[in-house]
Amino acid sequence: MTPADALKATGLLLLVALLQVSWATPIEVGSGHPDLVLVTLVGLALLRGPLFGTIAGFWAGLALDVASLGTLGLSSLLLTPAGYWAGRFGEGTTRSSPYPPLVAVALGTVWLGLGSAIVHFMLGEGASASTVLGGVLVPTLALNLLLAYPVYRLLRRIFPIAARERREVILV
Amino acid sequence: MALGLVILSLALVTVYFRESSGGALHEAQRIAVSILTPFEVAAERVARPFQDAYGWTTDLLSAKDENEELQKEVEALRQQVVANETAAQENEELKELLQFVRGKEFPDDFDHVATRVLIQPQTVFRHEVVVAAGSSDGVRVDDPVVTPEGLAGTVTEVTPNSAKVRLITDPQSAASALVLETQAAGIVLRGPSDESLDLDRVAKTARVEPGNIVVTSGARVGKYESLFPYGIPIGLVESVSQRDVDLFKRIQVAPLVDFDSLHEVVVLVEKRRKG
Repeated sequence: MTPADALKATGLLLLVALLQVSWATPIEVGSGHPDLVLVTLVGLALLRGPLFGTIAGFWAGLALDVASLGTLGLSSLLLTPAGYWAGRFGEGTTRSSPYPPLVAVALGTVWLGLGSAIVHFMLGEGASASTVLGGVLVPTLALNLLLAYPVYRLLRRIFPIAARERREVILV
Repeated sequence: MALGLVILSLALVTVYFRESSGGALHEAQRIAVSILTPFEVAAERVARPFQDAYGWTTDLLSAKDENEELQKEVEALRQQVVANETAAQENEELKELLQFVRGKEFPDDFDHVATRVLIQPQTVFRHEVVVAAGSSDGVRVDDPVVTPEGLAGTVTEVTPNSAKVRLITDPQSAASALVLETQAAGIVLRGPSDESLDLDRVAKTARVEPGNIVVTSGARVGKYESLFPYGIPIGLVESVSQRDVDLFKRIQVAPLVDFDSLHEVVVLVEKRRKG
């Protein structure tokens, strides 16, 4: 993790959190909406590994909770493991293939949807299972998958893979 | 590292819930929000045309079905207008009488702070929005928030330039209310679905019928005064039922405010306090 990468990721995730609350949330399909923060986080973690993903997840969650005046720490609680896991997943896959971003975003969306439901349920803020699964999770999954590859391609330009790793990718 | 940050997140959630709204974390969040608010306002302004275009497209798809239904409604409303002319005169007299009986007159005791909705509800679990008016505009915690259609919610958190509003459809919201036609009193709570409300605690002997209007009661219990002034429309009674084993009537209310397209709201600020 270079200081330049950390600086770029900090600014990018803050910007994405602002875009999420102002732009992405009003776009509703069913009760779901595209999760720009998760898609960006997963892309970053795939490109830079679990440590970067973990810290990025924590920061993204904080930025999201501050921007939306939400409960501080609630989003970090779910995004930190998501970033870590996506980073680990990225280590075991080839970075030039289009499939890892799709798989990681899909699993990340399911984790965030179900995790969020459990956390809110524990806080006494329940919603019906049909709303959470059919109304929110399925549309969000579809929208996130649409975004996954374009966002990943964009992130690869901003966070290029190092020359040595690129050679490994070509060999694979 | 990951475990440490997860534990830190848990600690943040715990402290945030346990501390008062004037606590260190809340204060830090308020400072951060006041820095971010100008960016959010800018983003919301840029996003509005795109949101409107998206809303227009989705509305267009449902407009065809609505058209036939509306044609029938127009015919019914034409007939209703004649009846309303007579009722309006009667209503004026009753309103004066009611205002006299209730004491507190709406909206005389309140000033209006009109504002835009900056952030729509982020999850299905919490029905909260953030508006672009804050303590610098005179907005305080517990201020009622309305739209021209009726009651929208209450302010739960305030920063200098923005405020969080808990909508009346949130599971934690409640408002003392009464049925305008029969004065049957109860409490409006979130209903079984996201876009419905329940009028609870209405005595089984009370007379309530579908189509009745539910308004805020502005009731006072002992030294506790309702947050809402009397007479703000909340919704229309959709269905009424009761069972022998129930203590109260089961009344479903359709809110008058369209929470899916909540863009502009008015915060009611008490004149006494503002002065």
